Amino acid sequence: MSTPIWPAVLGRFEWRDLPLVRAWQQPTINELIGAGAGAIVIIGAVALVVLLTVTGRWRWLWSEWLTSLDHKKIGIMYVVIAFIMLSRALIEANLMRLQQASAIEAPGIVAPAHFAELFSTHGSIMIFFMAMPFLTGVMNYLVPLQIGARDVAFPLLNAIGLWLTGAGAALMMISLVIGRFSTGGWSGYPPYTEIEFNPGVGPDYWIWAVTLGSIASTIAGINIAVTIYKMRCPGMHLMRMQMFCWTSLCTAILMVFAMPPLTVATALLALDRYLGFHFFTNALGGNMMNYANLFWMFGHPEVYIVILPAFGIWSEVVSTFSSKELYGYVSLVIATMVIAALSFTVWLHHFFTMGQSPSINAAFGIATMAIGVPTGVKIYNWIWTMFRGEVRFTVPMLYALAFMMTFVLGGLTGIILAFPPLDYVVHNTTFLVAHFHNMLIPGTLYGMIAAYTFWFPKAFGFRLDEHWGRIACACWVIGFYLAFMPLYVLGAAGMARRTQAVMEPAYRPWLYAAELGAVILFCGLVALFVQLRVSIRSRDANRVAAGDPWDGRGLEWSVSAPPPEYNFAHLPHVEQRYAFYDDKRKHAPYARPPHYQAITMPKNSAVAPILGIAGAATSFALVWYMWWLAILGLLTIVATVITRSFARDIERVIPADEVARTNDAWLEAVALTRPVPRELETGRANQGLAKVRA
Amino acid sequence: MSVGDAAHAGLNLGDTDRETNAVAGGDLFGFWMFLMSDAVIFALLFATYGVMLPATAGGPTPASEYKIGPTFIETLLLLTSSLTYGMAALAMKHGALRVRTSAWLVVTLVLGVMFLGFEMHDFTEMFAHGAYPTRSGYLSAFFGLVPLHGLHVLIGCLWMVVMLTQLRVFGIDARVKINLLRLGLFWHFLDIVWIAIFSTVYLPGLMR
Repeated sequence: MSTPIWPAVLGRFEWRDLPLVRAWQQPTINELIGAGAGAIVIIGAVALVVLLTVTGRWRWLWSEWLTSLDHKKIGIMYVVIAFIMLSRALIEANLMRLQQASAIEAPGIVAPAHFAELFSTHGSIMIFFMAMPFLTGVMNYLVPLQIGARDVAFPLLNAIGLWLTGAGAALMMISLVIGRFSTGGWSGYPPYTEIEFNPGVGPDYWIWAVTLGSIASTIAGINIAVTIYKMRCPGMHLMRMQMFCWTSLCTAILMVFAMPPLTVATALLALDRYLGFHFFTNALGGNMMNYANLFWMFGHPEVYIVILPAFGIWSEVVSTFSSKELYGYVSLVIATMVIAALSFTVWLHHFFTMGQSPSINAAFGIATMAIGVPTGVKIYNWIWTMFRGEVRFTVPMLYALAFMMTFVLGGLTGIILAFPPLDYVVHNTTFLVAHFHNMLIPGTLYGMIAAYTFWFPKAFGFRLDEHWGRIACACWVIGFYLAFMPLYVLGAAGMARRTQAVMEPAYRPWLYAAELGAVILFCGLVALFVQLRVSIRSRDANRVAAGDPWDGRGLEWSVSAPPPEYNFAHLPHVEQRYAFYDDKRKHAPYARPPHYQAITMPKNSAVAPILGIAGAATSFALVWYMWWLAILGLLTIVATVITRSFARDIERVIPADEVARTNDAWLEAVALTRPVPRELETGRANQGLAKVRA
Repeated sequence: MSVGDAAHAGLNLGDTDRETNAVAGGDLFGFWMFLMSDAVIFALLFATYGVMLPATAGGPTPASEYKIGPTFIETLLLLTSSLTYGMAALAMKHGALRVRTSAWLVVTLVLGVMFLGFEMHDFTEMFAHGAYPTRSGYLSAFFGLVPLHGLHVLIGCLWMVVMLTQLRVFGIDARVKINLLRLGLFWHFLDIVWIAIFSTVYLPGLMR
């Protein structure tokens, strides 16, 4: 440390930045928790490396997954990232609940700064590295299959988006091992996050992780929108698409227009912190209100980015498990579009109390209430879809029902918050925390888990265990109510959010209930992992190779499970909405196509991994002022992009007889499969062929 | 002309290369989406600039810093470069000699580099007066907006060098064509942004 070479190489890094060193020097519970978290990350990474080496899977991982441009594999990798990050952020949520339950007129277990890190990482991860990768992954997997396409419009760009998301997530994990994360909350408000008040690495970790995620989401949005506009199979008019494609389209448009404000907000904050600009500082004409506006111009459309894909998922799930056509397709399309448009007109309700005139607050309050109308339309649509349907209470359907009940409650408290005078009373309390969890957990999280359960057989060829799925669902629902209903009470009683210690003994029973709820939510996550393990073990008994375990409607169910790399041996031609469902009833959906053709698919590429690693390295270097590494990383990125533009040999051809062989084998297997009636669909009789009543 | 033939602006191959024209539809549409997203970034920076205009903190003001002469020359350079890029695109479309496409691209590149030179000179003069971005909120907003456009022009110039190299290596193949169309959209987009900068940053600043 004494030689001047080290600051040039390691920037502002010091040994005390390692939580393990801090815990060694000062073994308090607080530091031990930090060191434990860092140790888990290190042990997890080492265990993964050892496992891959022992099983000799490095080459397989590289060529089958990491460099693959197959939209299905990219989608699955997105969901894997989401589950890893969900686990971490849920553990953090449990720590926070434990802290508040144990810190009633007592110091509790974590120090104030550590508590602030916990709520900052929890929020940042759940939004940017859980919800976003999960929904992007599901869209990636499903959209090309549902519109009858063989791939997305820009396969390489798709992989780059994945890797930038992974880079951001990696930066979040590294912040556990080296240094500290921001204490400025998931929204990172300056001037608190400015260099004057926060000279450490924390806000810089936040800035670069979020920026990577933001750029990745912009890329994903462009890709999905272009895929839907340009790659639909013959006859797939916009109004014949599955509802999930419509909500994906709106989400993609929102991503293209709503992520740039976030990029601007983080970039300007970085200019303030790194180069001494005065965008949001207290002195010399800086104005933090610009940040509040920029951030929430992203932040509010973001709410709909995370909810709209789930609305599409509910539409598919409710219709399939009611054996009825989706009620009011056109009204749902219109409602989705209206939500997408209105989502840009309400951002100011996130800061009613920050000094606008009452008439401005009133205008935004009215806009906020207006957006509840199209959302209400959707709830009625799903209820009418179930009405007189053949409703089966499968796991995704249970989530759907829990969602409808819970989401309406959250919507009602949202209407309360949309009144500026009422918002003044409960703003910045746990009432708000309860409200947005009440929207995001049933809306996004239940939706994503339902999608995972519903389409898992399509992606992997076998069904998930029903029993453990129900246990997980019960935990997620009961846990939610126990964890968040008390927060409404506490918020109405005036308990401020983000409180490290509580001085009011009357809060005790409510905080204990919330703590119990958090534990049950964690059990829900554990149950999901148990379900996965049980399902993999008993996979041979639950195979659905024919590909249609739920008597589905969309084109994704018309191919084998898992689908071939090219999705469709013969590109479908559709003549109506729900063409596959109708085919099953009136025609022969599993007929051999008259002839097969060679199919051109993109070759694997190492470009995306290189860009992802270089992006992570550049960001890490910027956090720690390791300028040489930042420059090296940037040059690598530029050189890689230019080199790639010279590549001409980027496609490979799958010969027609290979396509024929694969498809004919599948068709033969389908011919031998016994169709399953709906009442037996969750049992082992289900081999993925639906029995159709005439 | 059916609906499927209705092309996007910038899709300028027409009947000269129907095959590439068909593929280019999706590619160019994707680039349009990117440009819209980039336009949002510029729009927000314009708005930030507008809000922060009074925040001079007793330091330099627009009137004391902007000069009509150099900015007018910059405008002429960039607008002319859009014309010359258009000539390059026409040469490519009508299958002229590769040399002619390259020549127009070189002219465009020279104009772009000259623009950057003038702009750098403007900035150094401002620095000489003590008008650094760290001086006030107004100057931060100025240096957040105008150099970002300059950075885009720099990237455009780099891209043009890459395309000139590819023209030598590959000739005018389908991917070179599509990338030249994309670069064209990018270049004209920067022109439009500059017109906005000239007419909402420089001109009102001088009239005050």
